[in-house]
Amino acid sequence: MMGQSEYLEVFIDESQEHLQTLNDHLMQLEKAPEDISIVGEIFRSAHTLKGMGATMGFEDLAHLTHNLENVLDLIRHEQMSVTSHVMDVVFESVDDLEEMITDIAGGGDGSRDVNETVQKLEALQNKDQEKAAASETAAAAVDSPQKPMQEQTAVQESYDEYERTVLKQSYEQGYNPYKIEITLDEQTMLKAARVYMIFDVLEQVGDIIKSTPPADDLEDENFEFSFVITVISSVEQEELKQRVLKVSEITNVSVEVVNVEEPVPEAESTSPSNAEEPAESAPAKKDEQKESAKSDKSEKHSGGSKKGSELNKTIRVNIDRLDVLMNLFEELVIDRGRLEQISSELNNNELSETVERMSRISGDLQEIILNMRMMPVDQVFNRFPRMVRSLSKELGKNVNLEISGAETELDRTIIDEIGDPLVHLIRNSIDHGIEQPDVREAAGKPAQGNVHLSAYHSGNNVFIEIEDDGNGIDKEKVIKKSLENGVVNEEDLEKMNDQQIFGLMFASGFSTAQEITDISGRGVGLDVVRNTFETLGGNITVNSVYGEGSLFSVQLPLTLSIIDVMLVEIGKEKYGVPLTAIVETAIVNKNEVYSAHAQKVIDFRGNVIPLVFLNEIFEVPDRESAKGNEYYSLVIVSKGDKIAGLVVDSLIGQHDVVLKSLGSYLSNVFAISGATILGDGQVALILDSNALIK
Amino acid sequence: MAVETADGYVKVIVFQLKDEEYAIEVNDVQSIEKMQTVTRIPGVEPYIIGVMNLRGIITPVLDLRKRFGLESRDYDEATRILVLKRDNSDIGFIVDGANDVMDIAASNIEPTPEVVGGVAEEYLRGVVKLEDRLFTLLHIDKILNKPEEKQRSGM
Repeated sequence: MMGQSEYLEVFIDESQEHLQTLNDHLMQLEKAPEDISIVGEIFRSAHTLKGMGATMGFEDLAHLTHNLENVLDLIRHEQMSVTSHVMDVVFESVDDLEEMITDIAGGGDGSRDVNETVQKLEALQNKDQEKAAASETAAAAVDSPQKPMQEQTAVQESYDEYERTVLKQSYEQGYNPYKIEITLDEQTMLKAARVYMIFDVLEQVGDIIKSTPPADDLEDENFEFSFVITVISSVEQEELKQRVLKVSEITNVSVEVVNVEEPVPEAESTSPSNAEEPAESAPAKKDEQKESAKSDKSEKHSGGSKKGSELNKTIRVNIDRLDVLMNLFEELVIDRGRLEQISSELNNNELSETVERMSRISGDLQEIILNMRMMPVDQVFNRFPRMVRSLSKELGKNVNLEISGAETELDRTIIDEIGDPLVHLIRNSIDHGIEQPDVREAAGKPAQGNVHLSAYHSGNNVFIEIEDDGNGIDKEKVIKKSLENGVVNEEDLEKMNDQQIFGLMFASGFSTAQEITDISGRGVGLDVVRNTFETLGGNITVNSVYGEGSLFSVQLPLTLSIIDVMLVEIGKEKYGVPLTAIVETAIVNKNEVYSAHAQKVIDFRGNVIPLVFLNEIFEVPDRESAKGNEYYSLVIVSKGDKIAGLVVDSLIGQHDVVLKSLGSYLSNVFAISGATILGDGQVALILDSNALIK
Repeated sequence: MAVETADGYVKVIVFQLKDEEYAIEVNDVQSIEKMQTVTRIPGVEPYIIGVMNLRGIITPVLDLRKRFGLESRDYDEATRILVLKRDNSDIGFIVDGANDVMDIAASNIEPTPEVVGGVAEEYLRGVVKLEDRLFTLLHIDKILNKPEEKQRSGM
């Protein structure tokens, strides 16, 4: 084991991928139990897992997959039908596999008591072996006609109208059209090379009109051992055969003269519309055969993960390295800021040109690095179908999970963090939202509940929404509970709109579950969920119509670390306002400011917007400089449809900065989301304008 | 308890605060910095002076005099920032001056007497007597605990 540690990482990565493939395809299979091609995919993943597990010395894993494979094999050969019970056992064993892989990833030895699951799998096999024995004759009967048919199709060749014309013309010009079927030795290592040699030989004596499978497939070795080539040549049939046979590793060559008149013998006797049929059905069969040849082949090569043509040109890079790259780049951004500042002070043309160029290049670099860290949310979403399945079984509910926008990309750091809170929200929707089937029917809804998980981009944000058509949230209950738990007092409550009231559910110590179930309501409530999203610079809102369903909407920033800010000065302090929150900046005369309910407001493009005096909120000292000024500098910020004007002393300008956290010791500083290091080495705080808008 | 060297000694950094000498274990200290620009953070406890840029890392800075409720004084040439290693982020303590690094025998550490120079007893781990010097060993975790923490998060 020790010497294999370097392979361990690869093993874990790949196993997780295969497990995911297993899960995905099993879910598909459950929806379409008759689609045997899916079983092939599942079988391949299981097979690879078994191989890898055995190589790495994880006996239990190999043992379990071996049995799983046996069951899958039976299904694949249609000796076992896909029942709900079979699926349950298969899912159970995949769960076991997951546990083992998780254990291994966590430094364990991956051992696990798999006896129970193995016995269940064996029971499945035995039961079906009896059945299989009984239906063996039937199966054989089904099998037998298939085989000769396949052999026949291998010799068959069909020509479209154009090819027939070519053949006919060359025949008229004195050439002979030949159809040559060539079978390579099964031991042949370099099939493509043999194909090439055969083509070469034939081209010396004639022209190749057609090959089946097509030349591309032959070159890619996408065929088993035999293929058909049609040539026109002036040489005799026997000579052609001898020439081909000179190429080694060929077991059989048969040459036939193509009857150029014959291909449509029936066409002339029947209606012309039927003429197409034999030509069409034959290639269809060919395709089938090709398909099976292909899948057989990739099965043999199941170490390679996908079919050759789909291989992406990617490399695996440890995420730590990307993090280091990102950190280094952040340093660079800070120095870039410093350089820009120096060059503007020195006012030297060559220097400023060079700095400008460098800034542009590092801007491009920044985009690439950030993009490199982007991953589709599918990484998180893909485990939910399984979860929903088992959860709804457990709760006796009928739930359909719909996923859209899984290709939406987010920074890797964010992806890593949002899994657990999303799990929590989905569990919440199913546990508390979706009702039991009979309750749903009584309420006039379809028995099957729907949970729609969607992700989409909007500006510099990504939204993830979880919508269910369940019971919705009982506002009265939320109010009662919040009052009971002292989350809110009646006075504040009166001023709240529905959304704010629902928002109370995210306060700590809140749970509306009537009974404590195993699924949610274990105390770690929605407050933890909200906290996680907020630490990531996002937020969560909920809306609900009682009786009809609820919608949880999570807003997340595209990326965490480098943001565009407007730097502002208040007294001698500098603050950054994220550009994403800014509507615009403005300068207003002090006499344009009115008072309404002891709140300073301005009339801004026909809207009355409140002013927020940052110097008061932040208790900024030393503000003599700003006192004599008769204008206010404003940064107008928005939060959803609400806007406010932040009053500052002066606007410095727009900067790309690296957002850094204040650290755990300073978590929860009001209206400050982090800090950044400016070009001169000073620390500037970044505002969280959302906290300033009420 | 203290991390002791093989022969029962504890390595400490001795620093000045008002008229007294205090000690922190060397293992807890990341570096000692001269006073530098600190950016104020609004709305936090008064003893949290702000954050500084410590070689690219945003580091919170605490004034230990304020933390202990001693009267403040202006920072000068002797003022130092002791940067302490914490699990997830470093924290700087402003002290009047860093005096010494020394090994003290574990046997020289005595339990805290009832009252020591006005610093509340809970922050102290023991008192060291060494010839003519006397200094107090501090309890880092206690100093970092915000007493108001619970009330604040309950808001």
